[in-house]
Amino acid sequence: MNAPTKTVDWPEQLYKTLKRAGIRQVGYVPDAGHARLIDRCRADPDIHDVVLTTEEEGVALAAGAWLGGQRAVLLMQSSGVGNCINMLSLARSCRFPMLMMITMRGEWEEFNPWQEPMGSIVDPVLKLCDAEIYRATKPDDVEGLAERAVQHVFGDERIAALILSQQLIGKKVWTK
Amino acid sequence: MSGKESKLERRAAMATLMADRKDDLLVVPGLGSTTYDLAAAGDSDRNFYLWGAMGGAAMIGLGLALARPEKRVAVITGDGEMLMGMGALATIGVQQPANLAVIVFDNGVYGETGMQPSHTNKGGVDLLTVAKGCGIATCLDVRDEAALAGLAARLKNLAGPVFARVAIEASEPPRVLPERDGTVLKRRFRAAIGV
Repeated sequence: MNAPTKTVDWPEQLYKTLKRAGIRQVGYVPDAGHARLIDRCRADPDIHDVVLTTEEEGVALAAGAWLGGQRAVLLMQSSGVGNCINMLSLARSCRFPMLMMITMRGEWEEFNPWQEPMGSIVDPVLKLCDAEIYRATKPDDVEGLAERAVQHVFGDERIAALILSQQLIGKKVWTK
Repeated sequence: MSGKESKLERRAAMATLMADRKDDLLVVPGLGSTTYDLAAAGDSDRNFYLWGAMGGAAMIGLGLALARPEKRVAVITGDGEMLMGMGALATIGVQQPANLAVIVFDNGVYGETGMQPSHTNKGGVDLLTVAKGCGIATCLDVRDEAALAGLAARLKNLAGPVFARVAIEASEPPRVLPERDGTVLKRRFRAAIGV
């Protein structure tokens, strides 16, 4: 067997990026692509991990956190972007910093065709909501793009989404 | 309004809740009538008025309560706004913030849009039962002045998350319109609490 190739542990890098950014609240709807990052955040006593019933709750949570002087991030899957649209008007109307990290479905080797309709419009929807988009397709790029998204959001109270492509995450394995 | 059921007048109820308000009480009203009610009770930099984001009031309150555990946060919203974001009660039930109260002024109608009945009216949806089922242990049914005074006293000394349903008569008092610029509301709020 070949020796294992050196792989970039991007979920761990994302966790460290969030820590460097001083993130104190993490809102999320459970998601396989974010599973390791969610586990790291749940194990961190300095982070409020807030499991949500729907992603739009996380937009409002992050606004409240900022009102109280804390930084927040919202973790979700591509299907959750559609759930956030109206609530993102809160970020735009008040210029709340809004950092989103989005795992993609429906764009690369997708087994489930029901993921495609929302997955295919994530980028234009986010742009219409005034979000800056940072799209990662290779493990090596994740940390740098995450840092840029953090700067965009908290440097000047704006909206940004780090898109973690399906190519990066790998396809979901379906078993009977 | 049924003759047997006692209901409170919304402006007077808000005034009672805000009486002798201290600086460590932060208030997030829902869009529409509760924002006007709060403005009518007296403007404060520690009010974060909502003019949109329907369904988001309770979650804004949660983010704020988690960020500032040394302060007390009151979300005061209407039944329609609470119904749109009812999942927030489940999320709050999981978090159990000791310094958060979610108070619903329940008049059973959408006052802003022409008094159409809400789910809590003819449909009989009981938000108190919902909140209880979401794991919020203290759920108060406020139907008279004595219960309202009890809620006001509890707001001054919160211990554990509180949910209160305040039975409000379906009236539409003259609107009192506070600041509408969200960036102004945000900045003055943060400055007031020193963040």
